[in-house]
Amino acid sequence: MELTKLSSLFEVEDLRTQFFTPTGIVKAVDGISYTVDEGETVAIVGESGCGKSVSALSILGLIPEPAGKIAGGSIRFMGTDLLKLSDEEIRRMRGRQFAMIFQEPMTSLNPVLTIGRQIRETLQTHLGLSREQAMQRAEELLGMVGIADAGGRLKQYPHQLSGGMRQRVMIAMALSCEPELIIADEPTTALDVTIQAQILELMKDLTHRFDVALIIITHNLGVVARYADRVNVMYAGKFVEMGTALQIYHGPKHPYTLGLLRSVPRLDHPRSERLIPIVGQPPDLTRLGNGCTYEPRCSFRVSRCAAEFPPMQNIGDGHFSACWQYKEVDQTTRDRS
Amino acid sequence: MARTSTAQRIEQNADQNSAESTDHRSRWADWWLTVVHDKKAFAGLIVLTILLMTAVLAPLIAPYDPNAMEYDMMEPPSFKHPLGTDDLGRDLLSRIIYGTKISLFIGITTVAISLSIGVVLGVVAGYFGGWLDHIIMRYIDLQWAFPNFIIAVYLVAVFGTGILNLTIAISLAFLDDFARITRGMVLTIKKEQYVSAARAMGASDYRIMRRYILPNATAPIIVQATVSVSYAILAEAALSFLGLGVEATTPTWGLILAEGRSFISRAWWLGVFPGLAIMLTVLSINFLGDALRDFMDVRESRGLI
Repeated sequence: MELTKLSSLFEVEDLRTQFFTPTGIVKAVDGISYTVDEGETVAIVGESGCGKSVSALSILGLIPEPAGKIAGGSIRFMGTDLLKLSDEEIRRMRGRQFAMIFQEPMTSLNPVLTIGRQIRETLQTHLGLSREQAMQRAEELLGMVGIADAGGRLKQYPHQLSGGMRQRVMIAMALSCEPELIIADEPTTALDVTIQAQILELMKDLTHRFDVALIIITHNLGVVARYADRVNVMYAGKFVEMGTALQIYHGPKHPYTLGLLRSVPRLDHPRSERLIPIVGQPPDLTRLGNGCTYEPRCSFRVSRCAAEFPPMQNIGDGHFSACWQYKEVDQTTRDRS
Repeated sequence: MARTSTAQRIEQNADQNSAESTDHRSRWADWWLTVVHDKKAFAGLIVLTILLMTAVLAPLIAPYDPNAMEYDMMEPPSFKHPLGTDDLGRDLLSRIIYGTKISLFIGITTVAISLSIGVVLGVVAGYFGGWLDHIIMRYIDLQWAFPNFIIAVYLVAVFGTGILNLTIAISLAFLDDFARITRGMVLTIKKEQYVSAARAMGASDYRIMRRYILPNATAPIIVQATVSVSYAILAEAALSFLGLGVEATTPTWGLILAEGRSFISRAWWLGVFPGLAIMLTVLSINFLGDALRDFMDVRESRGLI
């Protein structure tokens, strides 16, 4: 445990996760590196199928084998490399040290057990609480995530709760053993728009209160702007831009980030402005060339893009972009605003 | 089932929510309520209770010794012999009463054994997959290639006759159905998100199988179990008929039915009454099984959806 003071809570370095399919090897996550500090909220943003969720499952050691495999890199959590742990060791850490909140609250709870029992059993396994202690703690947790009549709700089954309520239960479960890190995979995508903000506020509030680090995986840039400290933009298994939420939102330095921002309506821009969708489809992850993966869809491309993948370049102030043309992207952003 | 009692169920649902319900005891109370509110299940429960009492109290309630022979052979039902007598002049009612014990014992025990083994095999095969799945399922396929009855005949030939061997033989012959059904359910359930979520919260394989997969797979297993009880009773009858089951003098429903078969045109009572006994048992177990299945499906039995 030497040097832990210097390093972050959580460090992913050059993580590579691959799936073996009949059509070839899918490089779902292809060499991503990032860090998360204690109590920090980091967002991973990208389109569907870019490898966001796979990167989260890799952290938890839940990549289904033998179909998939972590082919390289390291995931250090408080100084320990998770990839070197045995299955049993990492299982003990799940829920206790890091927890996950899934996208679909409707199907994330066991339909045949009461809410109380599901929370209680997690507490009993990980913290060794007695049945009564665990039940009491479960009630406190439900109260904390804003569920009224927590005692009564504990006796109910998942189908008796609304989607928003179930996601609150999932948050309560994730927080139950006071983990250091929570990974939330599209936590609000399946929810009603009116509930989304409430759930995000709740997560922000609780993670601050308990000093829990949060990795939030989303395609919603609104979420990013408001709730994340730092943002990693992911495209085709790689990070293409990294920076603070402000830097990414107001001064994108990668054409993909710019494309994402332009394809959603923004309240801080005039309404007459047209939305510009990103043309084309994400690439087939089994056949990636040497060039930039975004090159075929990019409006800033030059000949060099097809030949060589641009390295992550430090632009200053902790802002990184993997684009040969980042200065031009920046210029466009400035011209428009 | 019991569409008419939806209102009752909702009422019951409200009761349950307001009632103190701390896990175990209330589960039984809930189960009791479900059965009482479901007419068919309630009837099934009563019939089964009567049958069980008959089995236990056979020596007290049977009018004659089941093996005592009299000269009035093949007598139709009369006041003296309410269900008539068989070809050896034995009282049919007494034989059926004594037969209850063995038939119920074999029907229930064999299903309990084959269910336990079959379900464990199915869960393990479906959950872990890979070589374990291959080994288990190839064995099950092998067994599936033969009719259950033929397997039972073969096993009795290996083990020898007698009630215990018969029970083991029938249990083993029926377990492939349970294994196959369970495995199929496990394969779909293990892909559910709540299983991933449980794993992400650090649940062990055993806990996932026990708490997350098995409770969600119960419905078809229960249905199979209720059906298998009747098959087991009939298998015992058939094996006994072939001389591979219990001794010929032992009264069992199957054996009485089998023996009466040769005289069916002259003595209808020899076929009808043991047949009725089997039918009643099977029917009441089926009704109870239906109620149990509905009860296990929390979404349906607790109102909503």
